[in-house]
Amino acid sequence: MSTSTSFTVDRTSGGGPSTSFLELRELRIHFPTDDGVVHAVDPVSFRLERGKTLGIVGESGSGKSVTSLGILGLHNRRNAKVSGEIWLDGTEIVGAAPDTVRLLRGKKMAMIFQDPLSSLHPYYSVGWQIIEAYRTHNKVSKQVARKHAVDMLGRVGIPRPERRVDDYPHQFSGGMRQRAMIAMALSCDPDLLIADEPTTALDVTVQAQILDLMRDLQAEFNSALIIITHDLGVVAELADDILVMYGGKGIEYGSAREIFERPEHPYTWGLLGSMPRLDRTRTERLIPIPGTPPSLINLPSGCAFHPRCRYADRTNGLSYTEVPELVSSGGAHPTRCHLTAQQRREYFETDIKPNLELA
Amino acid sequence: MVTYIIRRLIGAVILLFIVSVIIFGIFFVIPRLTGATAESLASRYVGRTASQEQVEAAAHRLGFTDPLPVQYGRWVKGIFVGADYNYGPGVEHCPAPCLGYSFINRRPVLPDILDRMTVTLSLAVGAAIIWLFFGVATGIVSALRRGSIFDRSAMATALAGVSLPIFFTGIVALTLFSYGTPFRITAPGGSFTPITENPGLWAYDLILPWITLAFLFAATYARLTRAGMLETMHEDYIRTARAKGLTDRRTIFVHGLRSTLTPIITVFGLDVGLLLGGAVLTESTFSLPGLGKYAIDAINDQDLPPVMGVTLAATLFVVFANLIVDIVYGIIDPRVRLG
Repeated sequence: MSTSTSFTVDRTSGGGPSTSFLELRELRIHFPTDDGVVHAVDPVSFRLERGKTLGIVGESGSGKSVTSLGILGLHNRRNAKVSGEIWLDGTEIVGAAPDTVRLLRGKKMAMIFQDPLSSLHPYYSVGWQIIEAYRTHNKVSKQVARKHAVDMLGRVGIPRPERRVDDYPHQFSGGMRQRAMIAMALSCDPDLLIADEPTTALDVTVQAQILDLMRDLQAEFNSALIIITHDLGVVAELADDILVMYGGKGIEYGSAREIFERPEHPYTWGLLGSMPRLDRTRTERLIPIPGTPPSLINLPSGCAFHPRCRYADRTNGLSYTEVPELVSSGGAHPTRCHLTAQQRREYFETDIKPNLELA
Repeated sequence: MVTYIIRRLIGAVILLFIVSVIIFGIFFVIPRLTGATAESLASRYVGRTASQEQVEAAAHRLGFTDPLPVQYGRWVKGIFVGADYNYGPGVEHCPAPCLGYSFINRRPVLPDILDRMTVTLSLAVGAAIIWLFFGVATGIVSALRRGSIFDRSAMATALAGVSLPIFFTGIVALTLFSYGTPFRITAPGGSFTPITENPGLWAYDLILPWITLAFLFAATYARLTRAGMLETMHEDYIRTARAKGLTDRRTIFVHGLRSTLTPIITVFGLDVGLLLGGAVLTESTFSLPGLGKYAIDAINDQDLPPVMGVTLAATLFVVFANLIVDIVYGIIDPRVRLG
């Protein structure tokens, strides 16, 4: 398990090539619209090595998916302003030519989307779509690619792949579709796999199967994995590190153990408190976070979380006026919060921990 | 796929039967409801000077006194096996498919329809190719460059195309390009050369009607394609295609256009089917001797058999076009095949 010092964030922009496999430095993605600029990602930084899994957690509209699409370079440069740096295996992506990034997509980095039915083309067979992905990056004959597609379908656990390869997405069940998506994403053996809420659209029983499959395949392919989710159960299952996002910003970044055992940010406390647990009695209420996620056009002043934070009035007004930095204090992992390390420890021990450990 | 086609075929046959009943109803039952008698129907076959006895005899001879189902059966039988017309002095055999004889010039209807059909077919097919190509191409470019000058001017032109009636654009086109002010490039209309005789002259005669007709339809297709393309390019599977590292061109044409084309093919089939039944306004504007003009002339003369014949033919085209669309649909969209 990594120590907290490895989560220090390199905020010197332009500090030369990254030594990590994947590193985001102060990535910002803004969308100018008629209603104002949407600060979808503002900013996010993290590192990820091969074979490791990062969980990005946050509510809807916290900028998780926009971040991942930014890594793949899928934002239209005409309506999205992307700044900062993304280093993938020594290559900087934000400033790279579109065609350079295109050739990395699918080959070096691949993505699994939330809804496998709408993410697969309804008019083409599953095999055709996998073959297309494979042949885009590998100059092989159709027969070879087809064999590879059958092979991949078999590896993700689709029974009788040599027959199902010619089926269309609507002939697959939800779980099989997601397996097919995974097969397609892994067809070119990518070093980085991004899974954007891969289990949200699936049955609970199937969710577990898919998570197992992803863990096995990651070990097999030794790829870096980013899991984007609002389901803390999923990250608990898979992630080595966790980045919590709120209002487009990374607000807490640490190892999975640290985040679950000693979360620092009041928002993370809220997330953990609102997670259903079997070891609690059923009459007990979940503790929801009050309010709704902020508008990314008009973010609240100061700390974006302050309107929903019960500790916001204990920072001498700083929370209302100043945007906190993502820094580590008191030897803990980095957190974007004005509370002092001492305050955080105290509130966590007295208010939060008892509720989380009722059993 | 085969069962799918067979199902569609059976559907088409049932539809044709229903339509034939409706057509028969319009021309034979509704007049009765409004007070027409067997004699008044028959009087149109014997001329205005005929005596009462002659009219009654004709009504009996032509079968207007028979019950309606019998009359319908005879009409359908004429279409499938032919009919014998007893016109008094003798009996004339009308081979299947028999659509009867014109009241006005006593010519059999079917050969006339087939004759006019070549004109309408030439007009419709030529125009269809032009509008499909230019409409879809314009729509794609407009969608991909939304808000650009090309998009704006193309959509303004399309709006004009949809709004302006063919007898306006047609006459403007004729004035500009045929009557010599300022150009005399194309045929002045009114002439038609079969493609089998002289393909060059055939195209020369038809180029202006083609373009005029195509302009009207291309406008609709450009708007349809643009709207469909804008919608499709926001689909999740387009994002997937781009995430796979496909080129923009492949994403647009292989993944985007295929979904966009589905509704367009439906409209295209119906439009062509309708046009084959007679492009009335275009044929009138350019004085082309097509099916539409034939129908209009027959209506003006109250010449019942040609009107029925054209109606039946037009129905056949629309049903047939629908059948083709259904089959093409099955080829394009795998989900339809099983449905």
